[in-house]
Amino acid sequence: MNNLLARHAESIFWLARQVERANSTARILDVNETFSRNARGEHDWESVLRLYGDESNFRATGRKPTADAVLHFYILDDHNPNSVLSNVRMARENARALRPLISTEMWVQLNGFHSRLTRLRRPDLKVENLNRLCSYIKESCQTHSGITAETLYRDESWYFHQLGRAIERADQTTRLVDVKYQVLLPQPSDVGSPIDEAQWNTVLRSAAGFHAFRRVNPQSMSPSKVVEFLVFDRRFPRSVAASVLVANEHLGELRLKYGHTARRAASGLLRKLAASLAEDTATDLIARGLHEGLDEIQAELGGVTDALGREFFLLAETDEGAPSAGERPA
Amino acid sequence: MTQRGPSGLLGAYDSGGFFCEVFGGPQHPATHTTTVRERLDGLSLAELRRRAQAAERELYNLGVTFTVYTSREQIDRILPFDVIPRVLSAAEWDTIERGVIQRVTALNRFIEDVYHEQKILREGIVPADLVLGNANYRPQMRGLKVPFGNYVNICGVDIVRGGDGRFCVLEDNARTPSGVSYVVENRHLTQRAFPDLMRNIGVRSVSNYGQRLIGKLTELASGIGADPCVVLLSPGVYNSAYFEHVFLAREMGVPLVEGRDLIVRDDRVFMKTTRGLQRVNVVYRRIDDDFLDPEAFNPTSMLGVRGLMRAYRLGNVVLANAVGTGISDDKAVYAYVPRIIRYYLDEEAILPNVETHICREAEGLAYTLANLEELVVKPVGESGGYGILIGPHASRKALAEFRHKLRADPGNYISQPVVQLSVCPTVTRSGIEPRHVDLRPFAVTGRSTWVLPGGLTRVALRKGSLIVNSSQGGGSKDTWVLE
Repeated sequence: MNNLLARHAESIFWLARQVERANSTARILDVNETFSRNARGEHDWESVLRLYGDESNFRATGRKPTADAVLHFYILDDHNPNSVLSNVRMARENARALRPLISTEMWVQLNGFHSRLTRLRRPDLKVENLNRLCSYIKESCQTHSGITAETLYRDESWYFHQLGRAIERADQTTRLVDVKYQVLLPQPSDVGSPIDEAQWNTVLRSAAGFHAFRRVNPQSMSPSKVVEFLVFDRRFPRSVAASVLVANEHLGELRLKYGHTARRAASGLLRKLAASLAEDTATDLIARGLHEGLDEIQAELGGVTDALGREFFLLAETDEGAPSAGERPA
Repeated sequence: MTQRGPSGLLGAYDSGGFFCEVFGGPQHPATHTTTVRERLDGLSLAELRRRAQAAERELYNLGVTFTVYTSREQIDRILPFDVIPRVLSAAEWDTIERGVIQRVTALNRFIEDVYHEQKILREGIVPADLVLGNANYRPQMRGLKVPFGNYVNICGVDIVRGGDGRFCVLEDNARTPSGVSYVVENRHLTQRAFPDLMRNIGVRSVSNYGQRLIGKLTELASGIGADPCVVLLSPGVYNSAYFEHVFLAREMGVPLVEGRDLIVRDDRVFMKTTRGLQRVNVVYRRIDDDFLDPEAFNPTSMLGVRGLMRAYRLGNVVLANAVGTGISDDKAVYAYVPRIIRYYLDEEAILPNVETHICREAEGLAYTLANLEELVVKPVGESGGYGILIGPHASRKALAEFRHKLRADPGNYISQPVVQLSVCPTVTRSGIEPRHVDLRPFAVTGRSTWVLPGGLTRVALRKGSLIVNSSQGGGSKDTWVLE
């Protein structure tokens, strides 16, 4: 069998990330919509912009950060590379380049998902329709994962897909936790108030973790418990720690099975991150500054992505070794 | 409720005096299509339309599309699919198959001769300047041996059928012919949408094209090693035939690469993989000669691979089709193909040419100018149906303008009588009507030639139109070859 083209490895890694990002964006918008209804009548949609560092990009649209404008920006604006539409479009473009590798069913589903998004109009984005729309986006992203699990041949390309999804999910969960802090931190007095609890409740639900959290913590809903659950609980599939572990395992297997043991940088960084997550606790993280701590994790995940690029995706361009070394692959 | 007989679906159909692929001609009523006709007759137009719509939606979802780019967006279009099949009898197919094999064999002998001894040119059978002065003549190919002497490994031969029911060749496509993916996808679509129409009719399968193709391509590398690495080289997702490249790579199970995935080191070709460079032995390239290697051809090409021609000339990689096959499918050289067949094979063409007047010859030009309103005039360098004048359909003004063009550059044109292309019943807005069709069978050549049973039937969907090209309002049909 032929080796995986470096370009295809990169494409499938990003395909998975883009779908996962669309998934998380839908979750974050859904959460924020609930916040903006509850928080003392203040409709703060700027927190989402701050979360993604999109303040200046949004200002360039010339619109006020109203619910309508921000929702359009994050769902349908094809000039915004972070919008759901942009992510799904890029995922579909990657899928098109990957069609010789992926299953027809994966392609058909992404193609249909994209085509439905392009048919959405402004009324579909109205706040009263938002929950339904976000559910559709989440389900479509999960359908992608399911079809991938059931149909994608498990060679190298599958590993890069899993890696991409896990790394993106870890990154996005840090942002989901952060969105809550962006909204609430200015008023520390609210900690433990009914509004506070309702909002943590919503964060958990948006990550599909509410009931699991309740089972683990039937007694309390403290911020540190929620952070513990979303960042550190290895049994919760969307937690940062669980995602980093999944990424670490898959990269380990990939290196072993496909003769990449000499490529150590990305896996070294991932292992380090996994270890520090295993040692850390929510209490310590909050004490050190939650926002800064989450930022650090995001930066480390960025470092892993860069290392993967250098080690796997751009390999052939930098590899000046004798061609004979690769001529007879193991 | 179903209606049968003269009041059924095909009851009001009138082929308008043209030879019909389903009903035959006045002298030759088609007997092989009786069952198909009866079954079609049992369907209502509404039912046919419903299934046709579902079929086209499926093509879109599956991404069996070509992409049209505007400044603002990209639009995915399907090649419109007409659900009524074109049905060829075993005897009809036998003629086509033998004719295509004969033609491809002769074209390969011709190309080999031109790039080696040039006997046919020295003997004046084909004018030397027509070939050596051709834009598609590649001096880089002089003296280069290719496997089995076969340059055209994948060939599409455009065949039409006149009013007398005889098949003749309208054009050869010996560079990078496309359309075979539609042959297979159309069949799969018919099988899903019309299982009742196909039931118990022996139709020859087309779904093994990919296996046949990889078999022939591997054959070409028999000198290289036991398990050659074959790749398909595509210009990329922005190419309008990208779907077909995907289709073929998948059907063959080979990597679909772009120029940027390949690199030449020490005059050998490699692809860039996660595990480093992997040697490539055979490249089925879907990129024109011009863009193949910026070092040898168009220096601005971003699609090709620098150094590919060096590797090729040293025999370190096989290209299919070979470089320089464009001398054989040129519209001017076309006129000489019957003589080329006679010269190399000592046989008459099984599939004759359409009568052709070469405007570079004084006689041909004079005839063309005198009979312009009766003729089809084609520029020799164009493809896709562009720049064609159809005399009988042209306005007086258009004819006058074309006369100027002809006189200014006669060498650029050939003319042919209007072939009354055969028709096939087709679903239209106003019911089942005749529409003109052609046929492009695909021949694959390694050591020997194999022809995919059937081929691409293109249909001119506009009433009365003779232009079947997809860029000009053409669609396609499933093509059945009966056992």
